[in-house]
Amino acid sequence: MKFYRSHILVGINETSLQAGVEEFLRSLRAELSKHNLQEEVNVLETGPLGFFGRGICLSVYPDNVNYQDVKLDDIPELVEEHFLKGRPVGRLMLDTLGKFTPKFDYQNRIVLRNSGLIDPESIDEYIGTGGYEAWEKVLTQMQPIEIVNEVKKSGLQGRGGAGFPAGVKWSFTAPIDAPQKYVVVNADEGEPGTFKDRLIMEGDPHQLLEGTMICARAVGATKAWIYIRGEYKLCIERLQNAINQCREYGIIGENIFDSGFDLDIEIKIGAGAYVCGEETALIESLEGNRGHPRWKPPFPGVEGLWKAPTVVNNVETLANVPYIIKEGADAYRKRGTPDSPGTKVYTILGDVAHPGLCEVDMGTTLRTIINEHGGGMKKGFRFKAALVGGAAGVFLPEARLDVSMDHSSLKEYAAVLGSGAILVINEHQSIVDILWSILKFFRHESCGKCAPCRNGCQQLYKLITKIKKGNGSMDDVELMLTIAETMFATSFCALGQSPVMVIRSAVEYFRDEFIAITNK
Amino acid sequence: MAKTVNIWIDGQHLEVPDSMTIIEAADKHGVYIPRLCYHPDLPPTANCGVCVVEIEGTPAPKRACCTPVNEGMKITTNSKKLRSYRKTLVEMILSNHDVTCPTCVANNKCELQILANNLGVDPESLPTILDRQPVDESSLSIIRDVNKCISCGRCITVCNEVQTVFAITMTDRGIGSHVDTPFGMGMANSPCVNCGQCTVYCPTGALRERGEIDLVWDAILDPDKHVIVQEAPSVRVSLGEDFGLPLGAVTPKKMYAALRKIGFDSVMDTNFTADLTILEEGTECVAKLKAGEKRPLITSCSPGWIKFMETYYPDLADCVSTAKSPMSMFGVLSKTYYAQENNIDPAKIVSVAIMPCTAKKFEARRPELRDSGFQDTDYVLTTRELIRMIKEAGIDFANLPEEEPDEGMSFYSGAGTIFGATGGVMEAAIRSAYFLVTGEELQHLDIEAVRGLQGVKEAAIEVPGFGEVRVAVAHGLSNARIVMDRVRESLATTGESPWHFIEIMACPGGCVGGGGQPYGNDIASRARRGLSLYEEDRSLPVRQSHKNPEVVKIYERFLGEPLSPLALKLLHTYYFKRSVSDGQVVEQVTEKHTAH
Repeated sequence: MKFYRSHILVGINETSLQAGVEEFLRSLRAELSKHNLQEEVNVLETGPLGFFGRGICLSVYPDNVNYQDVKLDDIPELVEEHFLKGRPVGRLMLDTLGKFTPKFDYQNRIVLRNSGLIDPESIDEYIGTGGYEAWEKVLTQMQPIEIVNEVKKSGLQGRGGAGFPAGVKWSFTAPIDAPQKYVVVNADEGEPGTFKDRLIMEGDPHQLLEGTMICARAVGATKAWIYIRGEYKLCIERLQNAINQCREYGIIGENIFDSGFDLDIEIKIGAGAYVCGEETALIESLEGNRGHPRWKPPFPGVEGLWKAPTVVNNVETLANVPYIIKEGADAYRKRGTPDSPGTKVYTILGDVAHPGLCEVDMGTTLRTIINEHGGGMKKGFRFKAALVGGAAGVFLPEARLDVSMDHSSLKEYAAVLGSGAILVINEHQSIVDILWSILKFFRHESCGKCAPCRNGCQQLYKLITKIKKGNGSMDDVELMLTIAETMFATSFCALGQSPVMVIRSAVEYFRDEFIAITNK
Repeated sequence: MAKTVNIWIDGQHLEVPDSMTIIEAADKHGVYIPRLCYHPDLPPTANCGVCVVEIEGTPAPKRACCTPVNEGMKITTNSKKLRSYRKTLVEMILSNHDVTCPTCVANNKCELQILANNLGVDPESLPTILDRQPVDESSLSIIRDVNKCISCGRCITVCNEVQTVFAITMTDRGIGSHVDTPFGMGMANSPCVNCGQCTVYCPTGALRERGEIDLVWDAILDPDKHVIVQEAPSVRVSLGEDFGLPLGAVTPKKMYAALRKIGFDSVMDTNFTADLTILEEGTECVAKLKAGEKRPLITSCSPGWIKFMETYYPDLADCVSTAKSPMSMFGVLSKTYYAQENNIDPAKIVSVAIMPCTAKKFEARRPELRDSGFQDTDYVLTTRELIRMIKEAGIDFANLPEEEPDEGMSFYSGAGTIFGATGGVMEAAIRSAYFLVTGEELQHLDIEAVRGLQGVKEAAIEVPGFGEVRVAVAHGLSNARIVMDRVRESLATTGESPWHFIEIMACPGGCVGGGGQPYGNDIASRARRGLSLYEEDRSLPVRQSHKNPEVVKIYERFLGEPLSPLALKLLHTYYFKRSVSDGQVVEQVTEKHTAH
């Protein structure tokens, strides 16, 4: 391997592509060559860098300097000052925005351990960081039941929202004797404000594939599908590239590593329905049908895709698996809380200084996440509420900021971890307006199968619109709660059961706002 | 032996098979759980959410229609919370429903109306969210009013799973989701075969027949018109239930009296032409048997089946009897034979048919069925429409004195009346075909093997001088598919059909379960009506079609003999190939005025 004195990591994502990162890379390389630095400074294209800045962002190692919004015109100055003279360009540095430097605690990451550090399009770099060791281990040294038991022991819970223990899920499917079983990766990330899976897939697609492979081996599935949002173009490209590389290297295919085990992975692109994130609707869609949920039982683990036993897991869940296998369940359990072990990836957005992605231990308080990883409130704004868990989540007010972010602690406040989206809302924003937009979202995304959700979502939208316009009364607010509770009790799937939580939390913590607007 | 489990419903201990759902277990033991989309004949769609019950140990209520029972399950069907949920839910459904109860065809029969009434809901509690859409009136048989649809999905299940016609499905999503035909082109431009099973299972008035009552009243009240009416076999065993008579009451003579009171000029009976059909179809069949024909003969009475065959099995159209249905035979004869015998100008004759069927409305308007020089059958009323007409005329049907029909085309044998039940045409045909082949009468007239509600029935009858005649009977179009696929496959591989003679009826149960029958037309009531037809058969003096004196007379005075040139011209038809996407005619596939 060549040795470089400096590495410039260039984050390639939708934002930087829009900002013209490809031309930027050509100019940057040309400028470095102009100064004869091409043998000393390496330019690496990576996934998300782990912080969110505007435009094109760079990370320079080993200097640990982060730049944001670097323009073509800045290149000569940047190369001359930083790489020739060794003086970082202050005006382009990320921390000039505020007093905040994002915490990049790479040693403590599990899911995002490679994200922003390696080239996501290179399987060699992934292997270089210890990738596919766990895959080799499960194929050559472990029995499928041992894999299931290890994951069970790790206490890994589903990261898609419901938090069902992954090992337990696998243990339903593993013992079934069936001619065909499937693993389906739920990459149909649709919860508003959530983009963790996208960044996991963009930054380190191989880790997801490895987790998927291990799951397939554990339950005896010889085919895995990745059901992914159609909008995630870059993820699709990178995953396809990663799958091709694995096929080429014999990491998947027939008789992998002479173990006698066959596995293939295929990508299926979704068409953008929120309900297809629900596992049975996802399976229907994968089969080519309308994305309508199915009744459970039978659960997909017993009768899923094309009636075959099928394990459906979220991207983040599976991305945890290689670590668990490699380091062991005990090492994994050292992180997080006893009943929610491990780490969680959050997307912090809204009125924080630094919206973005962070991976922290389960049980970290909401306050810590917002202040230390989101950089606190945007300058000049006061905190009012955080919407935790996306549209299917709850509002938490300032008094609840010290809640430990794990399944059991959140349950006490009738809240859920959900997808890990944290939308921070400032004091000037109206909860009624935000609730309106959430209920508009539900109305749009209800699949229409069952009467409570189909009619209820429309009624809720009409009522909140009336309230928002100042034409409503507190009776309308109560009616909304009655409808939402009926929807919770009678809806077919989780979609229709969800609006009650967000409405109840809005009315419970911000009743004054409803009183004010209905008294207009 | 199925395993049983112990469950407790509202404290009542029950031991039930573990294969049951909660609602099945409750129904079996007389506990009524409120429901809307669930129907015992159909797999649950689980769309409405009304049947939710509380199960001890589960955080949220569960649907009783699709939750299997479990050992030790403790179920509450009625609690303060459940009552409140159901009420709010039905209020929500009503807020998206075109509430026109007093004038709706489904009034007093509508399951939504009854449920709302039972639960005491307030229809005004929620503002309407109905987004009014145009009514689909394209079809000659079935009107589809999306504004009354509650998206329960029963019609889709019936159409796609029971009938395998695939004319309708769910489209769009959320509040805009609705039942629609392919590409939203309307029922007339879909593979719909007009069987009307969707109208039977629709819990509201969203699906109904195209009404022709007013047109019939106009004809009756026009002094220049001579209005002649015929009634299908199954109508006489389905009318009474709506007037408080027991299910399956046999009421032909009250029916004649009611029709005469309504004002029809001549009251005849389709059963007469049912007997005539046996002579034509039976002769066709016997000719085939004698010729050692390898291809089967299939019945042609059911118009839903005929359009289905034209759409999905046009390659086998030459196997289908060319004999017109009893209704169409009656129609053409009413404007030829009847007109001639009674000296009436056929242009003044209005021929009305009372049918258990919505597809007959389509059949009556087939352009090829005009062999009398006019449209052979002018109007078709379903059983439901006749009930409404009787009510409109203020007739006390239950207490009406019995009357005889008019003579000429009304006498019928027991063989004619069992046409209304699945297997009946087959049984009637065997009774006469045996005579036509052997010249001897069949000793035992009850052919039990072709009776009953099994989807596909098979039998082999030993006919002296010929050998074994193998027959099959299918009812419900998914069963028709099973039979037709076997015929097609067998013809392709061995060149020989597994059966000589096949009866197919579009509707499960045959005509007693037709798409035009009274509301509440479930499998159990179809079975009961079918039994009534067999009871009537046993009670009749003549039980074989070829012994019907009026049939003998029509051949003597008018037609000559079965399959005579005049019979072929008036009583036989031909078939088309239709598109599977829009049901339109692609090409004619069999010859005019021939027998197969």
